[in-house]
Amino acid sequence: MISVTNANKRYGTFQALDDVSLEIPAGTLTALLGPSGSGKSTLLRAIAGLEDLDSGSVVIAGQDVTHVPPQRRGIGFVFQHYAAFKHMTVRDNVAFGLTIRKRPKAEISKRVDELLEVVGLAGFQHRYPAQLSGGQRQRMALARALAVDPQVLLLDEPFGALDAKVRDDLRRWLRRLHDEVHVTTVLVTHDQEEALDVADRIAVLNAGRIEQVGSPDELYEQPANPFVMSFLGSVSRLNGEVARPHDLRIERDQQRAAAEAQRTGVHVTEAVVERLVRLGFEVRVELSHTTHAGEQFFAQLTRAQAAELQLAIGDHVYVLPTRTLPTEEEFPALAV
Amino acid sequence: MKLSTPSRIALRTIALLYLTVLLAVPIVTILWRTFEPGLATFWASIRTPAAISAFNLSLLIVAITVPINVVFGVVTALALVRGRFPGRRLLSGIVDLPFAVSPIVVGVSLIMLWGVHGWFGGLANLGIQVIFGLPGMVIATIFVTLPFVVREVEPVLHEIGTEQEQAAATLGASRWQTFARITLPAIRWGLTYGIVLTVARALGEFGAVIMVSAGFPGVSQTLTLLVHSRYMDDHNVHGAYSAATLLMFLAIVTLLLMTVLDRKRPAAQSAALPATIAPAPTPDPAEDTPRSAA
Repeated sequence: MISVTNANKRYGTFQALDDVSLEIPAGTLTALLGPSGSGKSTLLRAIAGLEDLDSGSVVIAGQDVTHVPPQRRGIGFVFQHYAAFKHMTVRDNVAFGLTIRKRPKAEISKRVDELLEVVGLAGFQHRYPAQLSGGQRQRMALARALAVDPQVLLLDEPFGALDAKVRDDLRRWLRRLHDEVHVTTVLVTHDQEEALDVADRIAVLNAGRIEQVGSPDELYEQPANPFVMSFLGSVSRLNGEVARPHDLRIERDQQRAAAEAQRTGVHVTEAVVERLVRLGFEVRVELSHTTHAGEQFFAQLTRAQAAELQLAIGDHVYVLPTRTLPTEEEFPALAV
Repeated sequence: MKLSTPSRIALRTIALLYLTVLLAVPIVTILWRTFEPGLATFWASIRTPAAISAFNLSLLIVAITVPINVVFGVVTALALVRGRFPGRRLLSGIVDLPFAVSPIVVGVSLIMLWGVHGWFGGLANLGIQVIFGLPGMVIATIFVTLPFVVREVEPVLHEIGTEQEQAAATLGASRWQTFARITLPAIRWGLTYGIVLTVARALGEFGAVIMVSAGFPGVSQTLTLLVHSRYMDDHNVHGAYSAATLLMFLAIVTLLLMTVLDRKRPAAQSAALPATIAPAPTPDPAEDTPRSAA
């Protein structure tokens, strides 16, 4: 378990961390999610000891490590750009932490073999980092971090420099790895999809503060404030309601729409179809309000739904939410 | 721009003539004059006590200068690249000073500082002779060769950044271990280059050294000073040519070393060198799909 208490960090006039307190339960995979400059990387680096806090404390597994250098914090750290030791083979890279600790040769060799197997680089041990792809380099970096049996594994945008496809695969692979190894893991990302996909818990940061901490579902369904709501996914603003685009229902018939709205207690929004975009399995329907001219929003339908409605550009439709989020005015003022 | 054949040939001829007149002719003349009386005469003239002493003194000065420049050069480069302190730009300018100042000015200023009547002249009364002794020549040589290691190592340090060092720290490496295992191997090509340039410059330095050397043949003459004194004072023209050839030989060895290293450098930084250790097919994109995490 990691606890950060009242952490402050300032770079000149820029407040990177503003009285941040966060508890990360043992064994979880927690994502620190936020836009760039939100302080998420600073927080991670403070946990690692790569950044000194101006005030506040960091406790890892019951030990106050605020003034302990990174060497003795029992951490594994993975950098966005791999930080591979370029002049060493994959094998020497992974063995580095154990070599520094002067473990017996046989033990190092056994452990490195094991880890290379786990990360799927067994056949690459004599390669140099320059001979690996980005995804392979990052898996090597993960093996290197895991070799020293860290109490916590800290990942700083580990998939940020990779192609979309490789990123997806590695993300899923990391999740499986975590389910097997159970090391307390903290992952920094600016990609809400990544956080929702891989993490048990998400802490959303903005402007050096923590906005909300919770499970992916909690954050997505019950955002504590407008920032979390819009950062975790797109929102569509209707007449009097806010909803996720996939929670919108489109009706061609006014009567049916009104009846349905009556039943569920929501408003009906009249709109015109502006554009239809096919995104693989989904269809994104871009709409504009007929009442507030020019204001646009969009709905996400499945292909089957879209086909059934037979939508065309210029059609008048009636939109109602099947599930709503709080509107800006409904958020408690203190949460912002 | 594509040149016509005649103008291309004309340009090449001009370039070649220029190089021939300015570089090739003087060197060939020296070699010709050196070996004209025969190899035995040449051999004899570089085996005189004065020549042997000059040869040894030149190498001794190089042997003292290089380690000092390596240590301070690397430390200075680290400070310039990694340091955040007031006066960093000033320090960077000072490092370039030896390029701007004429060596003879260095010699004069050293006499003013370390000479009997200089600020630190008291040392001479304690029996430590700086000016007109080995220490003075070493100090002068260090001054003129100071920028090479710094300027070669600096860009490499910039390029490698600090992430590898941070990674080493999180893996438990102390500062010294990180330096020895991560930083030093990463800068070794820049450092080697800097050393080679330092050696070449230290061997060839004349202006600063002549000011602070007593110039006694067989005692405090470097090879450059030997060439000078044989030619100017002894009117021993052949002896001067022979010593010059010897000096040239040392410089050529240094240059060859640099060329060999230069050829090795890109190989070591790309994938080509490790390929000799393990035959490496180009990374297959399909390999990016992680294998089962068994």
